[in-house]
Amino acid sequence: MITVRSLLDDAWHHRYQKICNLNIRSSIYDVTNTCNLRCKGCFFFSSNEHLTGEANDVATWETFIDAEKARGANLPILIGGEPTLHPDRVEAFFKRLPTFCATNGLIKVPRDRFPQMMVGISLWGDAGTEKSLRGKDAFAVSSKNYAGDPNTYYLYTITSQQLGRVETMVRRIRDIGVKVHFQLLSNDEGADGFSWSPAQLADVRDELDDLLDRYPDTVISSRYYHEVLTTGSMLGRRFGWQECPSVSETHDTRNPQPRRLIRFRRWSADLKTTHRCCTSATRDCATCKDGAAHMSWVMVNKRAHIRTARDLQNWIEVYEMFAKLYRFIPW
Amino acid sequence: MPQTQNGLMERRIAEILIQELKLENVTPDTFDVTTDLVKELGIDSMDLTTVVLVLQGEYKVKFDEDNYPSLTTVRAIAEQIRQLQGTVS
Repeated sequence: MITVRSLLDDAWHHRYQKICNLNIRSSIYDVTNTCNLRCKGCFFFSSNEHLTGEANDVATWETFIDAEKARGANLPILIGGEPTLHPDRVEAFFKRLPTFCATNGLIKVPRDRFPQMMVGISLWGDAGTEKSLRGKDAFAVSSKNYAGDPNTYYLYTITSQQLGRVETMVRRIRDIGVKVHFQLLSNDEGADGFSWSPAQLADVRDELDDLLDRYPDTVISSRYYHEVLTTGSMLGRRFGWQECPSVSETHDTRNPQPRRLIRFRRWSADLKTTHRCCTSATRDCATCKDGAAHMSWVMVNKRAHIRTARDLQNWIEVYEMFAKLYRFIPW
Repeated sequence: MPQTQNGLMERRIAEILIQELKLENVTPDTFDVTTDLVKELGIDSMDLTTVVLVLQGEYKVKFDEDNYPSLTTVRAIAEQIRQLQGTVS
């Protein structure tokens, strides 16, 4: 019988044991429908998901979060809109659960109020790309706000325009003492010149692998994650609607049911509506490049990876990457 | 040597696990009934739900969902079935 123990040597088994008991039940919450940036390619606005209402009373949020906790959610991932525009809502989560806050970094999370809250700053490229897609060089501001912050990483959404130039930003992030994780732009709005060709995807995979090797103290990633994200394939299966693990349970009528995030929901800021998935219902799942969805795809398919030592090690590395990003294990 | 009732139940549970989860490289006779199903075989809550449905039909018992985390081995599952059937002395 193939067991985990039969595939792993002591060192790998020790790594496996550190993560195998984590019982993570994440859900995503739109904290607000407003943002202080308007980026081309942002699924939130291009899909009109910002048109739902918004619960304004903090007490309503607190009651809602308590109900979420009772439902089993133990890792709230706050997105929006820009969550830091409403620190009272963020605080309602943070006081109840270990919380991850995605932000564009223009507003500094006050660490006296949110000590050790996990922060992920969105980054879309170098100054030119940031100005082109986001209207301003957000990194110039966020890097001042979060330099040296031990609980912060950059989520670098790489565009095809960044090919061959990713290192520039990785080095700048290293120089301010913060970590970086990668995903790829899905180009929901079809911005000219920002879609991926197969050759570009192969090139960016090589580039990311190289950066992981050369900046191991800065880059939080794994080669297998790069492979799955850039090829859209895992163990001979294709990513898509029928495979995606990050579909809200309230919208999931798929039959047969694929492996999925247990009890996952993405909530609108009205606290009544749930959205289809971790990105938007207007996105074509076949070309989705969302990093978290691909990472989760690997993670929920653990048994499929108990096949060869290399497959299981790949799974462990992706799970470790996730656990580091959300600070369940040290960087 | 003839198998005990407990042994037969464990063998049948192993058989159901193999069939329902399409486990490879193992037979009901070679299945180690003390192997941790979650940590060592990667069986998750969706798998357990599938298996529990079959077990409930076969043994005419109803598992409490809150007890799923305790179904860690074939032996533990058999023990719980016997408890639910009221046959544990």
